[in-house]
Amino acid sequence: MKEHERDSVIDPLQMEKQEWKKRQLQHRFKQLLTITSPIFIVLLWELLSRTGLIDARFFPPPTEIVGTFWAMGMSGELFHHVGISLYRIFAGFLLGVIPAIGIGLLMGLYSPIRHFLSPLIMALMPIPTLALLPIIIILFGVGEVSKVVTIAGSVFFPVVINTVAGVINIDRIYLDVAKNYGADSKNFFFKIALPGSLPVMLEGVQMGQAIALLTIVAAEMMGANSGIGYLIWTSYKAFLIKEMFVGLVLISFFGYLFSLMLRGLQTKLLPWR
Amino acid sequence: MGTKIAIKDLTKVFYKKESRVTALEGISLDIADGEFVCLVGPSGCGKTTLLRILADLEKPSGGTFTIAKSKKERPLQSMVFQERGVIPWLTVEGNVSFGLKMRHLPEDVIKERTAYYLEKVGLDRFANLYPKELSGGMKQRVSIARAFANDPEILLMDEPFGALDEQNKFILQEELLNIWSETKKTVLFITHSIDEALLLSDRILLMSSQPGTIINEKHIDLPRPRNMEQVRADPSMAEYFVEIWNHLQDEVQRSRN
Repeated sequence: MKEHERDSVIDPLQMEKQEWKKRQLQHRFKQLLTITSPIFIVLLWELLSRTGLIDARFFPPPTEIVGTFWAMGMSGELFHHVGISLYRIFAGFLLGVIPAIGIGLLMGLYSPIRHFLSPLIMALMPIPTLALLPIIIILFGVGEVSKVVTIAGSVFFPVVINTVAGVINIDRIYLDVAKNYGADSKNFFFKIALPGSLPVMLEGVQMGQAIALLTIVAAEMMGANSGIGYLIWTSYKAFLIKEMFVGLVLISFFGYLFSLMLRGLQTKLLPWR
Repeated sequence: MGTKIAIKDLTKVFYKKESRVTALEGISLDIADGEFVCLVGPSGCGKTTLLRILADLEKPSGGTFTIAKSKKERPLQSMVFQERGVIPWLTVEGNVSFGLKMRHLPEDVIKERTAYYLEKVGLDRFANLYPKELSGGMKQRVSIARAFANDPEILLMDEPFGALDEQNKFILQEELLNIWSETKKTVLFITHSIDEALLLSDRILLMSSQPGTIINEKHIDLPRPRNMEQVRADPSMAEYFVEIWNHLQDEVQRSRN
């Protein structure tokens, strides 16, 4: 009883302040956890590889991979592969995303266009673009164009589908508002359909980005003589395992970087969410 | 004063494979220039349908209506939608100027009129905020400012205060009356709140449901400017309240049987 009374004397503000500090601490702890897991894995890998618990020929210690990375960077070989892959990804990405947004908006806004095009899209979507690579090479040759087209093809579908869904899911009332206030079709397109579908559309772009990376590596493995995918494949075939890991780490790095960039773009483009 | 809205034999039937619903049947109605008319009826009586037809968002199945035009460049009507009608990806300013921009008015006219009505509804400090940062009452101020800024021949209001709490509702009702008394626009206002109708209207139209018809009307000749206390204190208003209340009760009972 005595103790209980003493408790109630504590300043409520002080108590809340302590609670707040506790929450801050927990938050920081969670942030720490996020960066702990990759560091932990790398350390474990290093340890197991150094002690011979895993075969260092297949899983060389991370420090040696970093060394190889450094050497390849210095020789300039790495920049060549990275540069060409990035070029293919960006060019293909833009070539896929821009028409996908345009066609998706038109399909979302005008149901006849939607009815006309959706069977084509539904039928083509399940075919992996990589399976079409032979046809793409026949059409566009073995050069850069065919790789860019392959990427564009695989990015196109998730973006077009999400854009259509984005437009269709715009609350009817906003269309009524636009109509009631006399919006012409251009304003309907740019003031209502485009911004209204943007949140769902950008989810599709995020998906497309992941697929683009996936596709470029596979395409470069199949038919190219440069790029990160080519680096991984030829290193493996020549049993240059450290070089192969450099390629893998690069893919992981760029994938993560692109995701973060798109998340940043999302918050920039959607201040109203 | 001349007739501003003339509605003749308006009928709307919603037809689907298995069912047909007569939302409106033979609505004939004249509304005078500058008149504030409230439509009161049970939910589902077709009052929103009537408003949507006048707003050109729905086509009537039969009958006609005309809205008298006084100036060539004026739009016929503007609607104040329910709370969700504020466009989330436009700022407060973007929403208020929406109609003016859609009509491609000169930039300086848009600026001036937007600023005027933002100030009128007390949102000038919030011009650059997005609707997600606004309370329900503030959103409806945006909606009202957007409609008045558009300077239409008539205003249509679809239960604009339906989602607000009592206090906010009173404040906004009086603000609306203030702006309205300045412009003297013709207003057709939907509500299911009897108090709201008594406070705002020159005339209250009572609707029955399915088929939606206008079965009675009440002229409210309480002097303006009005406030809620006056409405509450006036014995004839209390009488009206009970009459309308009974009517609504009957309608709800009838539609339940």
